[in-house]
Amino acid sequence: MTAPQLDRRKIVRALLDRRGGLLVVAGLGSAAWDCTAAGDDPLTFPLWGAMGSACMMGLGLALAQPARRVLVVTGDGEMLMGMGSLATIGSQRPRNLAVVVLDNERYGETGMQETHTAHGVDLAAVARACGFADARIVRSNSEIAPLRAAVYRGRGPLFFQVKVRPETLPLVLPPRDGAHLKHRFREALLGKKAATA
Amino acid sequence: MPGKTSNARSTAAIDWPAAIYRALKSQRVRQVSYVPDAGHKRLIDLCHADRDMAVVPLTTEEEGIGLAAGAWLGGERATLLMQSSGVGNCINTLTLASNCGFPLLIVVTMRGEWGEFNPWQIPMGQTTPDVLRLSGVRTLRLERAEDALATVTAAARLAFEGYAAAAVLIGQRMIGTKTFEDKP
Repeated sequence: MTAPQLDRRKIVRALLDRRGGLLVVAGLGSAAWDCTAAGDDPLTFPLWGAMGSACMMGLGLALAQPARRVLVVTGDGEMLMGMGSLATIGSQRPRNLAVVVLDNERYGETGMQETHTAHGVDLAAVARACGFADARIVRSNSEIAPLRAAVYRGRGPLFFQVKVRPETLPLVLPPRDGAHLKHRFREALLGKKAATA
Repeated sequence: MPGKTSNARSTAAIDWPAAIYRALKSQRVRQVSYVPDAGHKRLIDLCHADRDMAVVPLTTEEEGIGLAAGAWLGGERATLLMQSSGVGNCINTLTLASNCGFPLLIVVTMRGEWGEFNPWQIPMGQTTPDVLRLSGVRTLRLERAEDALATVTAAARLAFEGYAAAAVLIGQRMIGTKTFEDKP
């Protein structure tokens, strides 16, 4: 198996540049820092805990907002903790939901211990078996443009396991106050209805 | 009927799952997720039959906490149905409700508290109210079928108007104690 090579911050910048109305849920740890490094945005909900929940938050949001595109950006450790949610999403088949797993094959926040994906666990194959419309491993820079196109226009549910370098990057932290993150997301999405819905 | 209580008989005359369904509808709940329980069977069927509801079967109960948070971010109300054995699965994920103030409505069918025949249900059933309380979830007991509409409506208002995490605990005595004698 070749070592993962892609630059996680570059991938996330490519996905979130000129993002339009894209709604984003970021899994805890490096995936949330990567999204913040690409530009803090009220329509990104970064998780600081509740590990394993990123995909399910994305599903609830995708069901509530069928006319909007929803992207979950998370890490391999976070995805492994919520692997059952792939079955739940597969059984719902939301067309507007994409999941991008930044897979460095490590638990990056706790000392770079290897995750199961370092030992051959193929999350994309799991997603495919769960009924995702498209699920694949991304290993090369030439696949970034098609990845972006799929996130914005592809028929979901979509799953991309992007093999990124295991590296410790400068922290770029989003706000930590969960109530603030919730309010700003709802105000940006729902406008005045946020206070009454 | 072995294992059935007198309460279970009077309960059968009142369609309390339909009353819970009406409460969810009147409170504009649009997403309903569940890990099934026999006590929730009719309510689950009613929700599946409703074309205006997104009904989401889960692989484990804590998925429903994340789903409800995402639904609220998107402007919709969600409810999570489970058996008491599922409450323990939710503990860490309940931080979404306590930290962010996401409204949360859980309807729990109790096991392990009234004539329980399965010892494996008793530990979690007995600790369910305290686990919820310690995790920041307000609990309301539902012990009489005729209270179903009022109790679930009250819990829904706590959740969606009070921005709280609320759980209705449906007593095992009201549901009717499960026995294998009842099974085909």
